[in-house]
Amino acid sequence: MQHIQLGTIDYAILIIYFVFVLGIGWALRRVIRSSEDFFLSGRSIPAWIAGLAFISANLGAQEVIGMAASGAKYGIMTSHFYWVGAMPAMVFVGLFMMPFYYGSRARSVPEYLKLRFDEKTRGLNAITFAIMTIFSSGISMYALAKLLELVIGWSFHASIVLSAVIVLVYIFLGGLTSAIYNEVLQFFLIVFGFLPLVLVGLKDVGGWSGLTARLATVATNAGFQPGAWTHSWRYMDAPSHNPMGMEWFGLVMGLGFALSFGYWCTDFLVVQRAMAAGSMTAARRTPLIAAVPKMLMPLLVILPGMLAIGLHASRGGFLPIGSDGQPNYNLAIPMMLAHYMPTGLLGLGLTALMASFMSGMAGNVTAFNTVWTYDIYQSYISPGRSDQHYLRVGHAATVFGIVASVLAAYGATRFNNILDMLQLVFSFVNGPLFATFLLGMFWRRTTGHGAFFGLLTGTITAALHYGLTISRGAVPGIKGGFLGAVLHVYPSEMALNFWTALFAWTGCFVATLVISLLTTRNKTDEELVGLVYSLTPRLKDDYMPWYKRPVTLAVFVLVVSTILNVIFW
Amino acid sequence: MRLDVRFPIGGMFSILGALLTLYGITSDQAIYARSLGINVNLWWGLVLLAFGLVMLGLAVKGVKRTGSDSTP
Repeated sequence: MQHIQLGTIDYAILIIYFVFVLGIGWALRRVIRSSEDFFLSGRSIPAWIAGLAFISANLGAQEVIGMAASGAKYGIMTSHFYWVGAMPAMVFVGLFMMPFYYGSRARSVPEYLKLRFDEKTRGLNAITFAIMTIFSSGISMYALAKLLELVIGWSFHASIVLSAVIVLVYIFLGGLTSAIYNEVLQFFLIVFGFLPLVLVGLKDVGGWSGLTARLATVATNAGFQPGAWTHSWRYMDAPSHNPMGMEWFGLVMGLGFALSFGYWCTDFLVVQRAMAAGSMTAARRTPLIAAVPKMLMPLLVILPGMLAIGLHASRGGFLPIGSDGQPNYNLAIPMMLAHYMPTGLLGLGLTALMASFMSGMAGNVTAFNTVWTYDIYQSYISPGRSDQHYLRVGHAATVFGIVASVLAAYGATRFNNILDMLQLVFSFVNGPLFATFLLGMFWRRTTGHGAFFGLLTGTITAALHYGLTISRGAVPGIKGGFLGAVLHVYPSEMALNFWTALFAWTGCFVATLVISLLTTRNKTDEELVGLVYSLTPRLKDDYMPWYKRPVTLAVFVLVVSTILNVIFW
Repeated sequence: MRLDVRFPIGGMFSILGALLTLYGITSDQAIYARSLGINVNLWWGLVLLAFGLVMLGLAVKGVKRTGSDSTP
């Protein structure tokens, strides 16, 4: 395919962005005096900044490229990841879990597990999490480099080195504060970079009604009802009626409950942003503030994919055809940029794309260096050293994390849709984790052994389920069925992943419950104050005017996302 | 002493906005055929410039209120 030609002004925009990103790191270098400054921003970030960083850290490769690809592949049903998945989970973590995360003064999610349960549960979580962040960061980098190579013709190696060095420098200098500040900058850049694309694209197809007409062709060509791409719920009665191959129960339980709560409520990558907030109220409001722009993200990331496939169907050849004969869905956003944006805004759009990859990568690296330093190095390798020593280890871990991500980037090549692969990893490791937190935070009887063996059971359940089932038409192997016998065939890969997460959660929940009842408690009630719901004094919000209370914001978020679900029914 | 994040955000978007606005005025109008004949650089440049200036304004107001350049 033909490469996009960039003009001088496009490069100028990219360079100005790099200067500001590095400048933020440089300006913050003096703020870092202790390890807590480096890893937790000295717990001083205002709620709105922490909130925007909270969603920006998640706005990485899987979001921008993956959601646009899913928008093209599945249509408006992709919005379930937001209005059914993220919203309830973000409200839950803000209202019910943040009081324990922040109130316990734990410095990381694994450290909370240590305080609540025991050392081995923390170790298990810290080690799997550290590996997963490196993996995710590598995928982010790989996706960026691959895309730039294909679209602009930049060297794969040069893109990897450039993005790795920039992220390394700004985190090394300014730690989490620098990552958070840059995430806020990146958030605005992503919004301003993609919005003109959506506006011009919508105008071109004749608004939502014009898009609906084009997507009706896409749907009927694929053998579905004309509205299959533009209704989020109407065709969810049976898997064969919609492109996602999902029915409503599997979607609500698998995605809405197991996967989303597992990610938003327990993933330290996002929770770290709230832990860095300046006060308990700010920490509780962080995920709720983040939920407001998150609700509107489908407009920026899913709609371009829908526009691209609509144009592909009506004008032909809009998306390049991949080696499997299918359109290359991952190119939806770059192709839209190339099609509609003149030099100038083209540079802004590409810079926004780079910003999204960098924020995803930086989120992973800052989460990695914290877990590595506090939960692995300080706990098992070299405890009892000075704070300055751990600060130096944090700097070294940042360098190591980036180098390991680069290696992971060269290793990541398998799936057509990056999203599916990330979902798979999350479903094995994160699916069970939420069951552990739910029981740990709300049932004081949960024991350390229960949590540890429950988590293992959950992960094993996930692997067994994945190994014994497969999605229709897939070859046994990495896409399921690797244990030889296939007990059930799911209509789509997405369905297989959602159900795997649900099995993981259930396996962990039941095992934790049973083992906890069979073992003796390893923590007394006194030790669990601030960690468990029934033993912690309720927070009083009476002193705040009603509109400032977290619960008001939570109700607002839930009402608006319900309305959005109804509009696109 | 700590940087208020609104300074770099305001600064960057003001510069990008001004650059795009100027480019929109001076560039060959033929390049806007692909954006449906709309001079998107000019209009979006003005939007970015306005956003950048508002952010800078808020940051300056924050400094005046607290007497330092720290984040509120």
